[in-house]
Amino acid sequence: MTNRVFKLFSSLQLTVVLLSCALVLVFVGTMAQVKLGLYVAQEEYFRSIFVYWQPNGVSWKIPVLPGGWLLGGLLLVNLLAAHVKRFQISKKKIGIFLIHGGLIFLLLGQFFTEVFQVESNLRLEEGQTRNYSENARLHEVAIIDVSNPDRDEVVAIPESLIAKTQEIRHAKLPFTIRVKEYFENSRPAGPMVEGKKMQAAGATDQFSEVPLVATMDEKNVPSALLELTTESGKVGEWVASLWQNEAHQFEFDGRTYNLLLRPTRYYKPYTIKLLDFRHDVYPGTTKPSNFSSKIHLSDPTRGEERDVLIRMNEPLRHAGETYFQASFDPTNDKVTILQVVRNPAAITPYVSCILMGLGLLVQFLMHLIGFAQKRKNQIAPRRDDPRKTTSTALAAGERNS
Amino acid sequence: MKKWFPKILVGVFALWILVGIRAPKPKDDFNLAGFGRLPVLLNGRVQPMDSVARNALLNMSGKSVVRTDEGTISATEWLIEAMSNSEKADTRKVFRAQHPDLEALLGTEVAQLEYYSFNQVTNHLEEIEKQARNVAKSEDGKKDVARLRTPFQKDLMHFYDSLILYHRIKSSLGPVDTKDFVHELSRYKETIAPGLGALQASEAGEEFEQTDLQVIAAFFRRYQEVARFAYPLAVPPMPNQARDQWINVGDSLMQSMRTDSIHPAVTHLAQITTAYAKKQPAEFNKAVANYRIWLQSSQLAPELKKGTEEFFFNQLQPFYKAMVIYVAALLLGCAFWLNLSEWVRRSAFALLGLAFVIHTVGLIFRMYLEGRPPVTNLYSSAIFVGWGAVILGMILEKIFKGGIGLVAAAFVGFVTQIIAHHLSMSGDTMEMLQAVLDTNIWLATHVVIITAGYSAMFLAGLLAIIYVIRGFFTKTLAPETAKALARMVYGITCFATLFSFVGTILGGIWADQSWGRFWGWDPKENGALLIVIWCAIVLHARWGGLIKERGLMTMTIFGNIITSFSWFGVNMLGIGLHSYGFMDKASFWLITFIISQLAIMGLAMLPPRFWASFKNQGPTNPPSSPKGKAPQPAAA
Repeated sequence: MTNRVFKLFSSLQLTVVLLSCALVLVFVGTMAQVKLGLYVAQEEYFRSIFVYWQPNGVSWKIPVLPGGWLLGGLLLVNLLAAHVKRFQISKKKIGIFLIHGGLIFLLLGQFFTEVFQVESNLRLEEGQTRNYSENARLHEVAIIDVSNPDRDEVVAIPESLIAKTQEIRHAKLPFTIRVKEYFENSRPAGPMVEGKKMQAAGATDQFSEVPLVATMDEKNVPSALLELTTESGKVGEWVASLWQNEAHQFEFDGRTYNLLLRPTRYYKPYTIKLLDFRHDVYPGTTKPSNFSSKIHLSDPTRGEERDVLIRMNEPLRHAGETYFQASFDPTNDKVTILQVVRNPAAITPYVSCILMGLGLLVQFLMHLIGFAQKRKNQIAPRRDDPRKTTSTALAAGERNS
Repeated sequence: MKKWFPKILVGVFALWILVGIRAPKPKDDFNLAGFGRLPVLLNGRVQPMDSVARNALLNMSGKSVVRTDEGTISATEWLIEAMSNSEKADTRKVFRAQHPDLEALLGTEVAQLEYYSFNQVTNHLEEIEKQARNVAKSEDGKKDVARLRTPFQKDLMHFYDSLILYHRIKSSLGPVDTKDFVHELSRYKETIAPGLGALQASEAGEEFEQTDLQVIAAFFRRYQEVARFAYPLAVPPMPNQARDQWINVGDSLMQSMRTDSIHPAVTHLAQITTAYAKKQPAEFNKAVANYRIWLQSSQLAPELKKGTEEFFFNQLQPFYKAMVIYVAALLLGCAFWLNLSEWVRRSAFALLGLAFVIHTVGLIFRMYLEGRPPVTNLYSSAIFVGWGAVILGMILEKIFKGGIGLVAAAFVGFVTQIIAHHLSMSGDTMEMLQAVLDTNIWLATHVVIITAGYSAMFLAGLLAIIYVIRGFFTKTLAPETAKALARMVYGITCFATLFSFVGTILGGIWADQSWGRFWGWDPKENGALLIVIWCAIVLHARWGGLIKERGLMTMTIFGNIITSFSWFGVNMLGIGLHSYGFMDKASFWLITFIISQLAIMGLAMLPPRFWASFKNQGPTNPPSSPKGKAPQPAAA
């Protein structure tokens, strides 16, 4: 039994089947982007175990295709099993071995990237300094103790926790947070907005729940109704929403707190100040020829104080993070938007590229040399009669010219 | 004769190319070439008048010359006619209406009159504008509208845009209704000082001459209109200004009100158009020469050189000439299959070589003009795909003889030039690059290698098609030929795998270097990945003995579909970083191509007894290598 399983998993047939599935998956995953947007299509097709099919208006769904995780995993198992079974390291197979070794490395590296990579944005106006970047999709509820003028004490609760938990306690907070209502996407309530209204009596801001959006240029704007309580009673009740610009401020136990719902922040032990943002176009056109942000990087932990020019294709790499010129604000030409990426597995593709490139080269050269030698041996003895060389025979086929 | 035939043939075609290099003769004594070489700035780059003319004409009428009753006239001649407001310009049939409803709208009396002159449509301008406004109104605020238009709306909007472009061209070097612009300028110059004096006086509440103010106000309105519509930026920067500070003639004339002087370039250009309008060739030639001298002395020698060089490139038409010679080589190659005379094959190969040389010259010339690696947009990718496939095909022909590599190379060369020609109609083929693509190192590596991968995929696919067509319909696919074809297809597929894979990985590294992520599932990235996966499937299926000769061919033909999807299909989705080359008409051709490939695959999958070449060989002897045995040494 184990033998048969091993045989199956190491078979070339399985490789072909899996690759064919991968072909279909990549194709449908690409087409799906038109409707779902890049992000959701990625989640559903490539960062999933199965791709499901759900007909309109029903609650059940059936898996129709293995998703990216499953296919990648199976391919990995297939590759490893095949190597164990078939490939002894020999001079002849060194190319094949390198290619597949590189592929294993690439698959693993991409797996780690998918799991550990964090992408966020840094939006800066000229003259502004920041020590954090923000996630464009994830949010958090932050409760900030601002009593100390030198130092804020921040407790941030991720949206995922807010969404599924009713009571949240934190060692640094003297109260309990009760989530009374939570809308993943919301709109300020009004006569034109359909959807469930938040049951927040007396709050100045009222929000209604609206369907989730998925495309690249639309965003979900969450709102939550939060109640803070202690054992001795209720501290207060607030509607926190990404629609709001200001935090709710309240006093408790002689200390002052701010409460707000905001994009998830990633704090850094250094600051970045935008000195100058440029958005140039080609003369006489509206086509951008250059975006660049001149920033000042200040990192006391590493003793770095320097100006950096971030441009298209020329990012800043600092402390394991990459800052690249991602976008600009069409309404304000003094604002730059940098994308910040932290990827601990960033080196893996480079290693696997070298391995696979070498492998392909070796393999290709070996074929070429073998082919050339074979032809030399074929042609040499017949040189005296050109009519019978392979070439003429090939062309003539069965007929005589 | 047979020995000399290839040489004579190449000589004839080479002569044809050389004739094209000569500068065109002055027409009616007007040095039109001199005018065509003059530099202007358009689309963010310095280019000769000739390029402005060609691209505008291609866009409007789909052709780069104008047909008239007295014969064809060049793009440059049409441009100077329009720019100097010669009455002839309005009689040139350059507006194209293809949709019957649009023709009905234009009140065509003669059925199927495809091209219109401006004079023929003047009575319908209001109606066209009204209709175009309706379309624009219905699309207000919607995204991606161009794709949702009906064929009539598309044709209407194209017609409307062509009319606007024509008006802009007519406004380029002065107001559209001026007959003697030199004279007008001298009058303008005289009125600036008194006019401005009157203006200041009126603002200060002092007494002033009413007519002075009225005259300058009239000029102001007149030149404001020019500033709004003028097409290329024709006025170069002065030596103390930045190199890219070109402005249009209207803006320059408006500035004159402040400086109380007329820019020398405006004066020179006015002399040129006025001389042309007055039909004075000697004056015209002198004005062109004087302007060149002025440009030379105003530190604009590089721009002047650029204009001259690009004019020469336009004149040479290397890709068009290569296309014609590829067709000749293709026909000779097919003739060889019929009569099998070695001298025919030699002639075809010699022609292929000549076409390749002129193709290469064009490619390198373009790189020089742009200062870029060969592939910068879809147009140039088509040129390059052809070029790569021709090299590979020539190598195959050298190795295998038999005419197969030759025919395949000539065919891909020809078809890719046709594709390129159609892509060129959407505008300037040497357009400036989006900021994100402005990196020569990655364009030279990632883009070139990926495109070479397309070349190999299409060449392999075409070889497989030759296998199927010859095998199914003719008896010429002998077992040795079939085997040779299988080896070619296998070898080229390996090559395609190598290039597609390395190119895809380099793309990932570019992304990682520039955006901090190796892979983002962008449609174009996925398209490249599809090619790599497909190659891996084909090769593994072959090595595992899951497919044999016909299977290999069928799968390789499917590779054509995947490659065309990756090359064009993903751009049509209109999403992601790579959607720079969105096209519309091309979807029809892409779908047609895919259906044709599926049909050939269907043929390929029919059992051998239906194949003309195989049915007499008996059921026990289908052309295939023994099960599991790889066709190449050292394969797993």
